[in-house]
Amino acid sequence: MSDLRSSPDVLIQALTADLSPVRRLVPPPLRALGWLAAVGGSAAALACFADLGAVARRLAAAPDMWLAVTGSLLTAVLAALAAFQTVVPDRKPAWALLPLPGLLLWASASGLGCLRTWFVPEAQAANLAEARSCLVFILGVSVPLSVLLVAMLRRGYSLRPNLTATTGGLAAAAAAATLLNLFHPYDAAATDLAVHALAVTIVILANRTLSGRVLRAA
Amino acid sequence: MRVAGTGSDGAGAAEVEARLAPLMAAAQDGDPSAYQRLLRACLPLVRATARSQGVPADRVDDVVQEVLLAVHRARRTYDPARPFTPWLRAIAQRRSIDALRRQGRQRTREVYAPLAYESYPDPTATAAQVLEQSDRGQRLRAAVAALPEGQRQAVEELALQERTLDEASASTGRAKGALKVNLHRALKGLRARLSGGEGRNV
Repeated sequence: MSDLRSSPDVLIQALTADLSPVRRLVPPPLRALGWLAAVGGSAAALACFADLGAVARRLAAAPDMWLAVTGSLLTAVLAALAAFQTVVPDRKPAWALLPLPGLLLWASASGLGCLRTWFVPEAQAANLAEARSCLVFILGVSVPLSVLLVAMLRRGYSLRPNLTATTGGLAAAAAAATLLNLFHPYDAAATDLAVHALAVTIVILANRTLSGRVLRAA
Repeated sequence: MRVAGTGSDGAGAAEVEARLAPLMAAAQDGDPSAYQRLLRACLPLVRATARSQGVPADRVDDVVQEVLLAVHRARRTYDPARPFTPWLRAIAQRRSIDALRRQGRQRTREVYAPLAYESYPDPTATAAQVLEQSDRGQRLRAAVAALPEGQRQAVEELALQERTLDEASASTGRAKGALKVNLHRALKGLRARLSGGEGRNV
């Protein structure tokens, strides 16, 4: 390639010599929908193993938990859309801020849940072992979701691979945290919230490091 | 600065856009001649963008090459329903910034100076230090010249020309022991003279 780089004319000749048609990229919202459909499929599969009655009873008993679930789901949707936008060169990097409203709702609703455990004596908070299983669940479910997301993002061309990878990591972590609600019969406690935050942070950092490398090489 | 063909005014920009967007759409469909015309037409815009980002003139061609490769890799991401020049300009701006960062990193850890060891002066030396070194050299040369003949020969042969005792002995015809004694006395005298005690031990 070094000799090709000596002149733009030589490089242009080389690039056009064996030109083949390319399939245009589907618009980012549709691609995000594709990934979210895969998340929905995973949710349906996991629901087969979950006690949906217990989930419904828990949400009915603590309606504010809907806010946290809505927040994490909104974060996953918006972060996925933002990630797919950032792999199109002419889209602004400010798209990466899109998931912020969902993230704020998620964090504040989860924080509110912590307060409830102080005021409602019968609230059942997760112990350390249960919190650890939450961590394992979020990390474990995030891996396939991240792999799928990066494989889809690679079809685009990110000018800021780290930003794309971080946003994608947030989408995968938020989706995994949303799916966790199917198997999470505890009220939110400070330790539980801290473990969730830790898991989300690990997923984002791992994506930034590993997926960022993959996207740079694409 | 107005760049020919890049359309720095509104009408020119619209004209460039109307010319390039269909070429890119054709290139996506696999038309090599359209692609070649497109890439050639992109060059002025890419160069202008690189310069406007502050890329030095000698690096602009490197950025042009990077942008052409990026356009080739990213060509499937262009949506013909949207304008082409913002898409191209975004790539050119980003690659220019990358080039500037790379250059900045190189500057912090690399110096391109193949003859530096032979020809480059000590960068830490100030003008006053250089003058002082020169003055010290002159005083040393004068002090050596003022030494008795045997001591001067010993200093020149053993210290300045770094010859061995055997070589110095062969060159001067003096015994090795005499050379050693003369060198010892000469150094003692020079040390006394240069440190201000001139004539005390000579």
